[in-house]
Amino acid sequence: MSLHAGTKLEKVLAAGQFALTTEVGPPRGPDVDEVLKKADILKGVADAYNVTDNQTAVVRMSSIAGSKILLDAGLEPVAQMTCRDRNRIAMQSDLLGAAALGLKNILAISGDHQGAGASGKLKGHPGAKGVYDVDSIQLINIIKNMRDEGVQAGGDTLTSKPEFFIGAAWTPLGPPIEFRVLRLAKKVAAGADFIQTQAVYDIKAFAEQMAKAVDMGLTEKTAILPGLIVPRSAGMLNYMNKNVPGVVVPQELIDRMKQASDPQAEGVKVTLELIEQVRELPGVKGVHLQAIEAEELLPEIINQAGLSPRPEV
Amino acid sequence: MITAEWKPIEEMVGYLRGHKKVLVIGCATCVAECAAGGEREVETLAPLLAMAMQNDGNPIEVKSATLERQCEPEFLEAISEAAADADAIVSVACGIGMQLVAEHYADTPLYPGVNTTSLSIREEPGLWTSRCAACGDCVLGLTFGLCPVARCAKSLQNGPCGGTRTDGMCEINQDTPCIWRLIVERATARGRLEDLTKVRPPKDWSNSPAGGPKRMLREDLRS
Repeated sequence: MSLHAGTKLEKVLAAGQFALTTEVGPPRGPDVDEVLKKADILKGVADAYNVTDNQTAVVRMSSIAGSKILLDAGLEPVAQMTCRDRNRIAMQSDLLGAAALGLKNILAISGDHQGAGASGKLKGHPGAKGVYDVDSIQLINIIKNMRDEGVQAGGDTLTSKPEFFIGAAWTPLGPPIEFRVLRLAKKVAAGADFIQTQAVYDIKAFAEQMAKAVDMGLTEKTAILPGLIVPRSAGMLNYMNKNVPGVVVPQELIDRMKQASDPQAEGVKVTLELIEQVRELPGVKGVHLQAIEAEELLPEIINQAGLSPRPEV
Repeated sequence: MITAEWKPIEEMVGYLRGHKKVLVIGCATCVAECAAGGEREVETLAPLLAMAMQNDGNPIEVKSATLERQCEPEFLEAISEAAADADAIVSVACGIGMQLVAEHYADTPLYPGVNTTSLSIREEPGLWTSRCAACGDCVLGLTFGLCPVARCAKSLQNGPCGGTRTDGMCEINQDTPCIWRLIVERATARGRLEDLTKVRPPKDWSNSPAGGPKRMLREDLRS
């Protein structure tokens, strides 16, 4: 099978290895050292590292700049690109720039609405004008057409074709639940080569959605990496269950974390179980694993899960 | 209808400092329907403004009128005398009506008393919700009569984002339904869910406000 971009992530998946991605949030300043510090903790932990694009509408170092810093430090980035802040002209220009810098994994997403935005002490930019010129599915298709046809969305040609391995997000358990697999199918039809999902805790419900994806033949065309977020307390799970759309946490899991004498250790144990459970599901090709504000837990989790060292490809 | 909402009185006070004779004008159409600029609202606002200006140390004389329609020139004559007598006009019509008044009585400063906010329906008494974004490229024929341009916070064209709450509402407002959830429900009820599985290409926004000021010309009506 010929590769689209030949990134490490693409090669790991093409080799039939269980892929592992995680996330690096860029700093709220031009601090290269901050990115390198995270890179240092996470190096060797994953095949590729998502670099977020101004998540929750709080301004951070650009995803493309953060991705380039990671790449230079020897970590393969997945540059995220949202539809919130740029129109199709700026997006395609940034995509050419990303390709020129050697950034070939792109994750195309709608992006948090600027009005849903920031929480806690951060204000975000609720008064900003959201762009949403194109949606994530249209963006996926624009990237595919740049790569495969060498054409811009407006029909003009590119002087050469950029290489991209195209990613998309999937919220398998959000309402309307009957449409979620169909929307995944649209992303695949538009050109998504790999999929990272919203955090999954309800494995039974996720398995049902995966089974539908398998039935539709989608897992033959795209690599699905379920999202797993290391639980750190019952409170965190409760919060996500109530406030993060598309995240469903079974009550037993919340209770289990509540009863644990060492919630952090229990969270690691839960994560290891979740990895095992999703790994057994047909069509699952890897995991997108996050430990929010606890990245230092990841090397140990990956060791214990038998996912270390990452394959050389 | 076009909806509007009163501006804060303090903002109007800021505009009116230095003026002495102010005419407050309403419009009996859309803004009356949405209870922002009809006769009742004009007659409420006029004394409030007078009082606020008095408290501000800049007393004014306020007169009021409500036009049948503020966006048609023939109805503007009704206030010609009052307008000539005023040294400022506050309009609580939509931005269209306001600009016609500003043009018609170009020597008198006009200030907005409302913000024009949406093309909405009155869904329940006291509740107005968006229905149209005047995008110039109507997709209702593809979305079972429910507009994702005006009613999805991200104007998504290909289905719901990941921000649909467990109860089917939009993540940016717990009282606003995810319109794509409603579109999917209606498509399902008609046995046409399949229709929503086609990838919709990027939308042409050139006939929307993004394409520049609208100039609609009908030669057949100009002779």
